[in-house]
Amino acid sequence: MISVQNIQVVFGKGTPLQKQALNGVSLTIEQGSFVTVIGSNGAGKSTLLGVLAGDVLPSAGQVTIGKTDVTRKGTAARAGLVARVFQDPLTGSCGALSIEENLALAAKRGEARGLTAALGPKRREHFRERIAELNLGLENRMGDRMDLLSGGQRQAVSLVMATLAGSEVLLLDEHTAALDPGMAEFVMNLTQKIVSERKLTTMMVTHSMRQALDYGHRTIMLHGGEIVLDVAGDSRKELQVEDLIAMFRRIRGQTLDDDALLIG
Amino acid sequence: MSLIAFWGAVELGLVYAFVAVGVFLAFRVLDFPDLTVDGSFPLGAAVTAVLIIAGVNPWLAACVAMVAGAVAGIVTAMLNVRFKILNLLASILTMIALFSVNLRVMGKPNVALINADTMLSPFYGLGLRDFYVRPLFIGVLVLIAVVVVWRFLESDAGLAMRATGANARMARAQGVDTNRQIYLGMAISNALVAFGGALFAQTNGFADVTSGVGTIVVGLAAVIIGETLLGARGILIALIGCVLGSILYRIAIQLALSTDMLGLQASDLNFVTAALVTFALILPRLRRGGAA
Repeated sequence: MISVQNIQVVFGKGTPLQKQALNGVSLTIEQGSFVTVIGSNGAGKSTLLGVLAGDVLPSAGQVTIGKTDVTRKGTAARAGLVARVFQDPLTGSCGALSIEENLALAAKRGEARGLTAALGPKRREHFRERIAELNLGLENRMGDRMDLLSGGQRQAVSLVMATLAGSEVLLLDEHTAALDPGMAEFVMNLTQKIVSERKLTTMMVTHSMRQALDYGHRTIMLHGGEIVLDVAGDSRKELQVEDLIAMFRRIRGQTLDDDALLIG
Repeated sequence: MSLIAFWGAVELGLVYAFVAVGVFLAFRVLDFPDLTVDGSFPLGAAVTAVLIIAGVNPWLAACVAMVAGAVAGIVTAMLNVRFKILNLLASILTMIALFSVNLRVMGKPNVALINADTMLSPFYGLGLRDFYVRPLFIGVLVLIAVVVVWRFLESDAGLAMRATGANARMARAQGVDTNRQIYLGMAISNALVAFGGALFAQTNGFADVTSGVGTIVVGLAAVIIGETLLGARGILIALIGCVLGSILYRIAIQLALSTDMLGLQASDLNFVTAALVTFALILPRLRRGGAA
C-alpha cells in the first residue's frame, strides 16, 4: 500500500523561478492495485514519482509505503521498498557491467551487501532462467556488457531486475517513452504480465492516454501540481481518450493545446 | 641494459603495481580523479621508515602505513562528499597538506633505513641473489593484493562500488549508499598506494618527502598501458594489466635511459614519462583507423 498525504513540493524556493510542483496532493493506492498517471509537461507527475522514489523530499506532508513512514528517507534508504524502471534505458541499468552483474546488483536491492561472490553458480542459473522467460535470446548473452543491448532489451531486463528482490511498490517512469512502437508494446505486455503474476502495487507514469486507460485499475490525471481526475472501476472502463480530453477541458476550463497529451 | 638493471626495473614496477591498482580503483572503478596518491605514497614511506627506526616490526610498520594512507583517502572523500568540493580539487588539497604532514612525520626531508631490518631481511642470504629476492618477494605480495582486490570487486559489496562509479543514480535506486562507497573506495585505494610507498622505503632503504611527485602519472601510465595491451575484458584482466603496465613502464624507462644512442640522462625522466603516457593514450585512437 502507498499513501501520500498533503504533499507540498516547491522547487527553487525564494527565487524568481519558484515553482509549486505539487500542491497538497493526497493519494492512497491499495495493495496490489495498478494506477496509471497522466498529465501534461510540468503537471507534477514526475515529481510525484520522485516523492515516492525518494529523489524528491517534500517540504510538507507524509509519505507511507507499506507500513513504513519514508517521508524523510532518501532513495537508497527506501530502496528495499521501492522497485523502479526509469524512462531512459541508460539510467536504470549499468552499461559498464554485464547483464548478469546488473541482475546480481538488483537481486540485493535494499539488502546488506557482503563479500560473497556476486555470481555464484546458483544465482547464475536463477538469473538465466528469469532472462530466458523474456524470449529475447538474452540468456545466451549473460556475460555481455549491458550497453551492447538495445533500448528495448535494456528496459525488458530492467523489468526483470525490478522483480528480483521483493518490494512494496513498483514505479514505472514513462518506461516505454524512449522505445520504438513495436518494442514499446512488447515492454508493456511484459509489464502487464509481471504486474498481474506478482500482484505488484504499481504506479505507472505515462505520456500516452491510450496506455493510461488500457492498463491498470485506476487512472489519475495531474495538472498544476494537483490531482484533477481520479477514475476507477466501471466509469473508467467506459472512458475513451476523447472523453479524457473533454473531461480535462471541463475541469480546468481551458483549451488543451499540448500535443504531447493527444498522441497515442 | 644489464641483468641487474632489468630486475631492478621489474622490482620497481612491482612496487608501483600497488599504486597502479590503487589508481585503477579510484579512476576506473569509482570514476574519481584522485591526486591524493602523490601525498599518500610518500606518507606510506615516511610512516614505515620512522616506525622501523623506532624499532617497530617492519610488517606492522607497513600495516600502519596502510592505515595512514586510508585516512588520507577518507579526508579527500570527505572534502568531496560532505563539503561538495570538486573531486579533483579535493584531492589536490589533501595532497598539498600531506607534504607538510610527511615532513612532520619524518622530522626532516629524508630518512635513511640503512642496516635496519625490513620485511625482506629474512629472505636475503637464502641462496638467491638479492636482485632476484626483491622482485620475487614483492611479486608474491602483488599477487595476493590482485587476488584480494579481484575477489572483492566481484563480490556483492564490490559490485555496489562499481555501480557507484558507473551509474550513481542507478546504484542509489538499488539501495547502494553511494557516499559510503566513495569513502570506502578512496580508503582502499590510498591504503594500497601507501603500502606501495612502504615497500618502496623498505626496498630502497630510504623515505624521501619528494618521492611522491608524479606518482599519479606513473600509476595512470601503468593503468593505461595495461588497458592498451589487454583491452577491457573484465576485472581480473584489468588488474593484471595494471601490474603488467607498471612493469613494462619501468622497463621502457630503463631502456630509454640506458640506451646511449638516445643521449638521455636521468633528469629527462619526467619528459620521457610524459611522452610514454601520451603515446599510450594516443595508441588506441591510432589503431581505430588513423583519423583520431
